[in-house]
Amino acid sequence: MKFDDEPVPGYSLPILPGHVSPGRLERVLRAGKFAITSEIDPPDSADPAEVLKRAAIFDGYVDAINATDGSGAHCHMSSVGVCSLLTRVGYATILQMSCRDRNRIAMQGEILGAAAMGACNLLCLTGDGVQAGDHPQAKPVFDLDSMSLLEIARGMRDDCRFQSGRRIDLPPRIFLGAAENPFVPPMAWRPHRLAKKVAAGAQFIQTQYCFDVPRLRDFMLKVNDLGLLEGPGRVFVLAGLGPLASARSARWIRDNVPGVHIPDAVVERLEGARNQKEEGKRLCMDLLNEVREIPGISGAHIMAYRQEHTVAEIIETTGVLEGRVPWYPGRDNPAERNPESPEALEPVQE
Amino acid sequence: MYKVRRWVVRHARGFERLYRVFEPLLVKLHPVWQRIGYGRAEVPVRAVENVVKGVLFDCRMCGQCVLSSTGMSCPMNCPKNLRNGPCGGVRPNGHCEVEPEMRCVWVDAWEGSRRMQYGDRIQVVQEPVDYRLQGTSSWLRVVRERAEASRQPAEQGAAR
Repeated sequence: MKFDDEPVPGYSLPILPGHVSPGRLERVLRAGKFAITSEIDPPDSADPAEVLKRAAIFDGYVDAINATDGSGAHCHMSSVGVCSLLTRVGYATILQMSCRDRNRIAMQGEILGAAAMGACNLLCLTGDGVQAGDHPQAKPVFDLDSMSLLEIARGMRDDCRFQSGRRIDLPPRIFLGAAENPFVPPMAWRPHRLAKKVAAGAQFIQTQYCFDVPRLRDFMLKVNDLGLLEGPGRVFVLAGLGPLASARSARWIRDNVPGVHIPDAVVERLEGARNQKEEGKRLCMDLLNEVREIPGISGAHIMAYRQEHTVAEIIETTGVLEGRVPWYPGRDNPAERNPESPEALEPVQE
Repeated sequence: MYKVRRWVVRHARGFERLYRVFEPLLVKLHPVWQRIGYGRAEVPVRAVENVVKGVLFDCRMCGQCVLSSTGMSCPMNCPKNLRNGPCGGVRPNGHCEVEPEMRCVWVDAWEGSRRMQYGDRIQVVQEPVDYRLQGTSSWLRVVRERAEASRQPAEQGAAR
């Protein structure tokens, strides 16, 4: 998909009528295309090249890259840092912001800073508890919850106000997102809770890992019944997916990662396979093919932790992009290449 | 007390009724509170509130009670202090991600709200906590606000 008003990388796209952000993700979603996002595992390092290297893996396959914010309550490079590095060369990023580590003063400041650095999408999260991470002795902040963060961010954007009421001169132009987990209790409330998030300002949703398609289908039916998928205030739902490395790792994730529901049938399928890693990838492709048929699913968020290289194959094989090549540095002009992409090593042909 | 607070959630409808009787009663006492002075009444009322709500709801005295919007399950008992619903980490058995022995405060809240007459208040987005109110009496604050709100239009009417 090529935009007529493509800017110089690092600069924003013009904001179209009815849009809130100058970002690519909002454009793709509002154009009705099946959007693909993926996430970067931020390095335990201050090396900017490492970030660009990790982003280059997704070149040509994703519409936006999530920068996780201390995921699993582990310490890594900050999401604002990752986003800033990526937006400089033109990548579309989704800034993840969890309520675990900062109070409202820090978070609002960070939203302004990130928007100034070119981040166009904000994913408001509660965050895993500190007990899950490498610093269980840390103070859990949770000054806000994801719902109030959404509301405050929307107020900053639409009313040009901090939560205190103080004016903002130039508001952050951000497309607001939230997470939802349709696969854990209280299941009956989950669609209503999504409605609550939409009421608080959510415009897109990335779900937790989906390994149970019937449950997602059921959830989407109810979301549709609540009228959340139509009108100007509609929400775009991206299904979370990812390849499992083996039956053993599936079991480990199920027991140790909060909120991931993996049905027994999935574990058994992996167990019965000769090459479990290959089967995990194939399972992910099958799931992607199934979820894209669910009415109301606008895209997929592929979380391939430590298997990032498989994302390209998963997208390619399933053909979900329908021939579309999402923008990446160097797509239209080889001189704009990400310096850390493998292609950049080859001389530019005149 | 965990057992008591679970029992309260199971009887959320009864407690909702109780609150609907109790609250106007306190508001009616507005002249009394005014005579004593809200500032002076704060100390004893806070002490009573702390004990009563502590026993029934494991109240943390956040000073801005939302029990009637949360199925009579106190959201401040959530280790993440969530005021608007459960996080994504709820265990398959409905227990908490952070404290596996405890049932998720919000799973309880949802069930409690289904028993209440005005349980759908749980769908309304709650404001973030104002930490200045922590440790103060929620009852007195609500009573004062209600009494002043009902007085204002009356006074305006009289002035006209």
